[in-house]
Order: sequence, then structure tokens, then C-alpha cells
Amino acid sequence: MSAKGEILARVRGAVADITTPAGQRPAAAARDSGGQSDEGTLELFSERVADYRATVVRAAAGDVPATIADALAQLGCQSVVVPSGLDAAWTASLGDAVTVLPEAEATSHAQLDAVDAVVTAARVGIAVTGTIVLDHGPDQGRRELTLVPDTHVCVIGADQVVPDVPDAVARLRPAAGAAQPLTWISGPSATSDIELNRVEGVHGPRNLVVIITA
Amino acid sequence: MTQPLQQTSATFVGMPKFPEAARKELANAQQRKNLRHATHTIRTKRGNVVREVDEWEALRVAGAEAKDEALTHLGDYLEQLEASLTANGAVVHWARDAEEANRIVLDIVRSKEVDEVVKVKSMVTQEIELNEALEAAGINAWETDLAELIVQLGHDRPSHILVPAIHRNRSEIREIFLREMGQVGRPAPADLTDDPPRLAEAARLHLREKFLRAKVGISGANFAVADTGTLVVVESEGNGRMCLTLPETLISVVGIEKVLPTWEDLGTMLQLLPRSSTGERMNPYTTMWTGVHDGDGPQEVHVVLLDNGRSHVLADRLGRQALRCIRCSACLNVCPVYERTGGHAYGSVYPGPIGAVLNPQLRGTSSAIDKSLPYASSLCGACFDACPVRINIPELLVELRGKVVEEAGRTPESAAMKAAAWVLSDPRRLGAAQRAATTAGRLTGGKPLRSVPGLGAWSNARDVPSPPKESFRQWWARERGKGEGR
Ligand code: SF4
Repeated sequence: MSAKGEILARVRGAVADITTPAGQRPAAAARDSGGQSDEGTLELFSERVADYRATVVRAAAGDVPATIADALAQLGCQSVVVPSGLDAAWTASLGDAVTVLPEAEATSHAQLDAVDAVVTAARVGIAVTGTIVLDHGPDQGRRELTLVPDTHVCVIGADQVVPDVPDAVARLRPAAGAAQPLTWISGPSATSDIELNRVEGVHGPRNLVVIITA
Repeated sequence: MTQPLQQTSATFVGMPKFPEAARKELANAQQRKNLRHATHTIRTKRGNVVREVDEWEALRVAGAEAKDEALTHLGDYLEQLEASLTANGAVVHWARDAEEANRIVLDIVRSKEVDEVVKVKSMVTQEIELNEALEAAGINAWETDLAELIVQLGHDRPSHILVPAIHRNRSEIREIFLREMGQVGRPAPADLTDDPPRLAEAARLHLREKFLRAKVGISGANFAVADTGTLVVVESEGNGRMCLTLPETLISVVGIEKVLPTWEDLGTMLQLLPRSSTGERMNPYTTMWTGVHDGDGPQEVHVVLLDNGRSHVLADRLGRQALRCIRCSACLNVCPVYERTGGHAYGSVYPGPIGAVLNPQLRGTSSAIDKSLPYASSLCGACFDACPVRINIPELLVELRGKVVEEAGRTPESAAMKAAAWVLSDPRRLGAAQRAATTAGRLTGGKPLRSVPGLGAWSNARDVPSPPKESFRQWWARERGKGEGR
């Protein structure tokens, strides 16, 4: 018998005592609050993101380009990679001090390793856990863009922030045949492996800046 | 139908039985100090974030139900998982045991003509000793989790699920990095101090060149969602993202018990796991991938579904609940026995209370270590209360003790174990016993009925679980009652 046939026979034989069919369990206790981001949700989101020692800035839509430029300048970033579908206005005020590398031109890992920062949008924010979720659509770029550079500036719209994890999961169900990869980010990369001392920044970006805009 | 047991691995053959191994570990004062600090710190953090969630008990029930649904219909969900994965471009392999899994992985790696792979921390690949199999074939398997790196460079074994190098202090880590990094890649900076950020920086630099050039990545998965074909890896450092994103080929070895029925179950599990594990509201990084994503990440994605003794555990009506385990390590951190002995004494990659249950279940109770593991507990019940998927570890330990004793012949002891199993196996009898015990708990101020036994006395440890002020059953009746009144 094939390994598959044998394993399936074993697991079916093992639960011969079960007579109820699959899919009959009581509905999960999870709830979906509808995902309206009121002011309280946004407050909680900023607070919880900041708890992870990420930088949180609230900015009016018109101030996003200047806020991005400020964040990069403060962290001393001189080069930035930009996803192909990012709002072009957002990087318009970066000026000559910052070299912009378009996603399409970042073809090797080594190139990304030499870039200081990345600017992206996001798909969902989760208030209770202070999490941003990327689905790597055109305004967020391929996964490696937000992984290799040391600074990640992420712009999220207020209407993208949901109260809790089940709300986010409900919004993120992969579409059949068109599934996107997802990256859930809660603060900068961290480890507690050395005597349980928290150290920010191991392999992922050591600096995370989240800009919340209306 | 008899289900095959897991083959006992070479590393742990000849492992002394638990009391002997434990006595040796107890002599290590540094380890004991580190462990105490670690377990208490994580325990406090966990308590704080669990208290934030009003519906924690309902979440635990939902988590247990999701896993039970998957486990009791595992054949159906595994077939659904395979279909979803295949529809999304992944290649699915099935492995009856460790040897078969290693052979599958090795064949794929060989076909890529590489001499190295990068690995995300994964307990299942430790269980099947994949690194050893790869090394025997001349392929370097680089562990990339900081603690795993410390363990690997130190030619050592992990001692905790979550913080595998918890038995090492900072100056030991500095020495290991200075001595070993240069042998296998970029050396540690000569002026390396034992400051944790400096040590983490050394690991970042050492591993980065390996990430950037790696052609093959190997991972496990925390969850495998049947109805979407999505695999999930939960981590902190970003080494997981590196291994899951940068290589051209990704191979994930997934125990068959990792399957979740539906996407929505992630809403439950992603609340339970981080809070129970690292004591955070959410871990820094979680990666979810559904087969191959065009132009993003590995363009060749393999999934190896592994049995290796799990179907044997599944066949035990009471024991199968152990397969709900999501490897959060909360039970280790609350365990008075683990805190004193550390992980190595359990002679397996699965240490602590869940290891004391799972190892004899997976491997049978024929070896000295597996016979003694069910006694590596004071049955205080803290592990059950902490477990996010409500595995009744004390109940399972008592049953396993009964098995060990029975195999040794019928004695008054086996009769006592049988009686305990009789109480524990029936909800009504257990309810009555718990109500009685809860009353006793109020009388003793919640203290365990007997103190944690001394090491000479494992086999005398017959304490009933520390009675909570309110048993779960009482809580459930109260909460349910409330719900129905609405
Ligand atoms: S048995 Fe429960 S508490 Fe222990 S590691 Fe598994 S899920 Fe966590």
C-alpha cells in the first residue's frame, strides 16, 4: 500500500469509535464585530503597536509624504525600496538625499541587503494585539522587500484597523485560486533567547514605523 | 487494528530512566538557576496577557474543539488539506515514519544539487533527526533560530520547547560564538562581549550570508489549514521569514496532527498560542503561505505529511487528546518538576509535562525512560490549567502509570491506578470527585494537598491534582447557565 493509503487507513481505523460526520461541531466562539474602526479602536491600536517599541505616528492624508520623509531622515536612511503599486505621492517629497529603488529593479537579495529601508501600505491592522498584516499586494511588494532592509515604514488607513484577531482572520480568508501570502507583524524583530533579555532586531527589520492615516 | 509505534531514535537509546537522568541534571546549579528565572518570568508574562482576555476559558474550549474536530475526522481533513495544497501548486508527500520522511527530504535536497539548507526551528524535524540524516549525506543543515544556533554551535541538545538554550548563560554563549562561528561561516567579531544585543548582532551577521545564498529552506508548521491549504509559521526573530521567503525551494515537514479544519479556526489559535507561549499578545512575526505564490517567495513548495507514531496515539480514546498539543510550552513553565530538572532529563525533544505523556504514547512503555516518565510529575494539575487546548495531562499520566504497572504484573498499585483512571474517565464521576476536591481546596487555601516530592520519591508521588477554587466544570456550568439565561 502507498504511504498515503496506509496513513489514511491507520487514522480512520484509529477513530472507528467516532460516528459523527465531519463538520458537525458547534460554531466556534469566534466573533466578527463588523470591523468599524472607531476612535477607541484606533487609540488602542496605536497604544499596542507602541508597546512593542515600534514608532507610531498619526498623520492626516495630506501629511503622509512629509511624515515618511521625516521618519526616514530620523533613522538616517539614505536608500529606500518602493513597491510597484505604492501611491507615488507618498515618496514624492523624499528629495535628493534618499535614493529610491523601484521594486522591479530590486532583482537580487544582495541588492535588497544594501538598501536601508522600505515603505509600504498594509492590508489590515489589529487593535488588541497591535499587529499589522501585509498581504503583499502591489502597494506592499514581494515578501523579501519588507524583510531584508533594516527599516520598515508602514502606512495604514484608519478604516483598515479592526478590533481583534478574529475580525482580521475574517477579512483575510485566502481567495480560492488566488491566495496571497500573508505576513503578520507585531513590532520589530525580537529575541529573548539569551537569558530572557529582550533584544529588538535579529533578522527582520530592527526599526518599524507605523503611520496611521485617515 | 494495531497502530505502529514511533521508532525510538538513536540519540535517546540508552537514555537512563528519568530519576537517574534528573539527578544528574539537578547537580547542575547554573541550569537550575536559569530555568527558575526563565519559567517564572514567562509564567508571569503569560498570566498578565491571559487575564486581559475575558473569554479565555471559552477560547480554550473553542481551541480544543477545533483540534478534536480535526483529529476525530483526520482522514477527511488530511485529504482535504492535500487537495487544497495541490490546487495551489504545492507538492504533497506522505511519510509513515521518520526514515521515510528523511528519505523524501533528502531526495528533494539532492535533486537541487546543494550542500546546505537553512532551517526554521521545528520540533518535528528534531523528532525525526533530519539534521543528522542530512549531515550523513554531506549536507549542512543550518539552524537559524538564535537559541537553536547556540545549541547547534555548542554541540548540545535543546532543553526547552520555546527557549532551547535556556541552560546556557551569556558568557557561555559568547565563548561558543567566538570558538565555533568561524568554523562554519562568518566568524564572530573579535571584540565580542557578552552583552545580549552584541550577541544577537553577531548571530545576525553570521546567518545573513547563509540566508542570502540559500537555495533550499526547511521548516515545520504550527498549523495547516485544510479548507484553504495554508501553512502557518509563528516566530519572533525573522529567521523564519528568511527561510520561508528567500530560498527557491521550500520543504515543510508537518505532523498529521497539525491540521486545522477551517481558516476561521486561526482566529482562535492565534489568540491562544502567543499568549500561552511567549506571554505576548502576539508574536513578532507570523508567515502564512498557500502553496506557491507567483513571483513571490519559493517557486517550488513541498509538504511532507508525517505519521511517525501519531496514529498510534490517535487510537487511544483517552490518550488522543495529547495530539491537540500546539507546543506552546505553557505546561513546562508551570511545572514544579520541570523547573527543577530541566528538559534534558526527559530524554526526548518533547520535554516537560506534555513530554511525560507524549513520549511513552508515541514510543510505547518498553524502555526504562518511557516507563519512568509517567512518574515525572507530582500531579499538581498546573499543566492542565495552563494548557490552551485543555489537555488533561494529569489524567493521562495516571492512565499511563496504570499501563506501566499493569505491564509489570497485577499489584495493589495497579489496582489503585485503575481506580484513579475509573474516576477520571467518566465525566460524572470526575465531576463528583472534583467538587469534593474543590471543597478541600478551599480548606487548604488552594495549596497542593502534598508538597512536590523529593527526587527519591517519584514513584511515591500520588497526589491528587491541586484542587482549584472553582473547577473547570463548575466554571462551565456557571458560564453556560449564564448564557442560557440570556
Ligand atoms: S500540552 Fe498544552 S500547555 Fe503543554 S505545550 Fe502542549 S498545548 Fe502547550
